[in-house]
Amino acid sequence: MASSQMVAPELAAIEVHGTTREAFLIRATLAAGATYGALSATPYITKALAKGGGFDNDLAVVNYALTLEHLEFTFYSMAVKLVKGLSADEMKLVKQIREDEKQHVEALIATAKKLGTPVKKPTFDFGGAFADRATFLKTANTLEDTGVSAYNGAGPFIESVDILGAAGSIVQIEARHASLIRLTRGKPPAPQAFDKGVEMAKILKAVTPFIKG
Amino acid sequence: MTDSALRELADDPSSRKRFFKMMGGAGAVSAFSVFLAACGSDGKKSASTSTPATSTDDGVKGDLHILNYALTLEYLETEFYKEVIASGLVKDAAVAKIATKFYSTEQEHVAALTATIKSLGGTPVKAPKTNFGPTLDMGLKHVLETAAIVENLGAAAYLGAAGGIKNKDVLAAALTIHSVEARHAAALNTLVGFGYGLKGGLKGSLPDGAFGKGMDEASVLKAVKPFLA
Repeated sequence: MASSQMVAPELAAIEVHGTTREAFLIRATLAAGATYGALSATPYITKALAKGGGFDNDLAVVNYALTLEHLEFTFYSMAVKLVKGLSADEMKLVKQIREDEKQHVEALIATAKKLGTPVKKPTFDFGGAFADRATFLKTANTLEDTGVSAYNGAGPFIESVDILGAAGSIVQIEARHASLIRLTRGKPPAPQAFDKGVEMAKILKAVTPFIKG
Repeated sequence: MTDSALRELADDPSSRKRFFKMMGGAGAVSAFSVFLAACGSDGKKSASTSTPATSTDDGVKGDLHILNYALTLEYLETEFYKEVIASGLVKDAAVAKIATKFYSTEQEHVAALTATIKSLGGTPVKAPKTNFGPTLDMGLKHVLETAAIVENLGAAAYLGAAGGIKNKDVLAAALTIHSVEARHAAALNTLVGFGYGLKGGLKGSLPDGAFGKGMDEASVLKAVKPFLA
């Protein structure tokens, strides 16, 4: 697999059989740190050991997805008004993506209401992301790729087959968005053979700069 | 998460070992680590809900069936790209680059699915006999349109099958492939000239608006039948 290139070989050789739960968790986290950057490993171990890092239930997954969709919808809504220099086709694409994200938000709110209470829409600050075409498309590229990783990471935790199906129907569109945004940037639409899932803590950390509260 | 096989995996050394064998090496450790970091830390939940590894045995047959179905489709895609590249139809450098990249990606999917099937104790299906000759004879435009159709079918197939997968690690693996097929589909849809136009003009690139649609196995196999010898 492509991901094998990213992990430290000595960590790949770890024999996990028979280790204690804590020891294994630390190793796992270190391996994740090796994959995603060693800097993040230490605080994450502390945090992961202190409290649960996963999802309590499907509502938690849905609200997590809803947070990301709120972010994307707000991002594209602002982009349509603020970004200068997009071609007519690019603007059409951005408007279509904005519409998709809007529908994702609405669908997830409806699903969250069936399970409990939808998470409130955060306040966002995208800084200089709309300054010009290139900066905007690069940020969009990152957000879409991140969205795919987030859904793929959360998918296996979903208990309800219906909610898994709903999440799958959304992530497929996020992947298509990512592909098309990448094409506008002259980047490979599908750079890796596997869109590896990324766990919530890492995703939230990645989008934190955009969330004001 | 009462039925999270992933959590079960985190708690059960024997199924963990099986998983590493299944996924084959470093990539597996990396991927598994990410999942474990997200789920295994919740000690309270896993302690109260851990279930015997045998509880997933009922689903193995079904999962193997889905994996072999996916493998058949990946073989089909791989063979198609191989023949397209060999045909010399693709002159444009950018298109050739995409075809080569997608070909190698589909090869990786074949390898991953084959390894997964073996590790679950199953027998990987052989590559199907294909018949892309008539498609290739119709020229580049038709070839690219066919590639787009096949990739869209692939994405729909994974989406349609996901809900039936019992083993959470198999599901995780399928999801990592599903979105890549979707990326391929969107790129090819654009390439064949649907463009970014709204409504009808966007047909295929972002199909049916905001939500992807799954297809059942029978419908997918019927759709690819013309390509089988």
